[in-house]
Amino acid sequence: MITKKVLNVEEALQGVSDNMTFMLGGFGLSGIPEKAIAQLVKLNVKGLTCISNNAGVDDFGLGLLLQQKQIKKMISSYVGENDEFERQMLSGELEVELIPQGTLAERCRAAQSGFPAFYTPAGYGTEVAEGKEVREFNGKMHILEYAFKADFGFIKAWKGDTAGNLIFKGTARNFNPNMCGAANITVAEVEELVPAGHLDPNQIHIPGIFVQRIFEGVNYEKRIEQLTVRQHQ
Amino acid sequence: MLDKNGIAKRIAKEVKDGYYVNLGIGIPTLVANFVREDIEVEFQSENGVLGMGPFPYEGEEDPDIINAGKQTITTLPGASFFDSAMSFSMIRGKHVDLTILGAMEVAENGDIANWKIPGKMVKGMGGAMDLVASAENIIVAMMHTNRAGASKLLKRCTLPLTGVNCVKKIVTNMAVLEVTKEGFKLLERAPGVSVEEIKDATEGHLIVEGEIPEMTI
Repeated sequence: MITKKVLNVEEALQGVSDNMTFMLGGFGLSGIPEKAIAQLVKLNVKGLTCISNNAGVDDFGLGLLLQQKQIKKMISSYVGENDEFERQMLSGELEVELIPQGTLAERCRAAQSGFPAFYTPAGYGTEVAEGKEVREFNGKMHILEYAFKADFGFIKAWKGDTAGNLIFKGTARNFNPNMCGAANITVAEVEELVPAGHLDPNQIHIPGIFVQRIFEGVNYEKRIEQLTVRQHQ
Repeated sequence: MLDKNGIAKRIAKEVKDGYYVNLGIGIPTLVANFVREDIEVEFQSENGVLGMGPFPYEGEEDPDIINAGKQTITTLPGASFFDSAMSFSMIRGKHVDLTILGAMEVAENGDIANWKIPGKMVKGMGGAMDLVASAENIIVAMMHTNRAGASKLLKRCTLPLTGVNCVKKIVTNMAVLEVTKEGFKLLERAPGVSVEEIKDATEGHLIVEGEIPEMTI
């Protein structure tokens, strides 16, 4: 058995340095790698390029890195709900590349799967297509999009084992599985880490081959961005 | 003239038995409240859930179960969770039967603009570009005019586009329209709204053939 277990977040993030490109899982604040983000704040690495669907809120998620001006460029599909982000973007301190959400997911998966590029209809005829190769298939226009390249991928899963196998929960899954194995080093943090053999191989969402380092995080905050409830009748 | 709930009610009539439906944020979200109870419909949210249910009861919310608007939700029997790439496989692969979304502008050739206003803070397109580029059946839910009273149904969009030649049907507070090769074809009038009023509020080419019925909702 190949073991991927590391002792803690400090060990998991060894090798992280200035000017690197990271992929970070999560949709809104759901399924974000809280512990890796906290460690990046502590390490205070700068000049980062972050590939993540969203950019967190002012005081949580990637917003914490923005507060310390650690991020040079964000590649996202939607970046609302963050005043500091807006300020840095409008002042030109922060470079922002907005891309369609499905394209973002697929550029991760392409990197994971060994495809250098792919054609998608998303964005054809819009400013997203500017400067991109265009090709017609079956009478419909498509644009060429490239696989991402990243140094580290930070993944949040629900359960994992020491072999690096991962199981996700609910919609906290989102981009996390697509980012596994898409960067040079994939770091997975889980709420519960069990010895290899304790997870049913039938239930594994991501096999450990896509993960280089895994550790258990404690006291996940899992903040809710929009609490919506109904009343009992 | 319809209010937002009225628009949602009218669109709900377009939802058919066995449909998988993706609802955008805003008026489209309201459509779920008005779908007939005797048909089977599953709602997809692009962050990775099919079979979305209502909001949870207070105290039963789960931060790991949200919709694309980042709201806490529940799931119904038969629901499934999946990753973002698979979610957009459902959308690009045309497995989702109906997409309902809002718009700032629609042009008479079916172009849509709904993600960016130059000079204002741009939040991003989210999944809208993937949705409009692939869905075969797109209904736009919006007000016929903007707050200043200017038409949102135009000859050509003035705002940056989200997609080209993609909108098939539009339901506004004033009318139901189909996008044809010749322009906006008026299908129904909202209660109490005249054809003349709709003409005045439509900048793009409006096709009026015969008697236009008042919509029933």
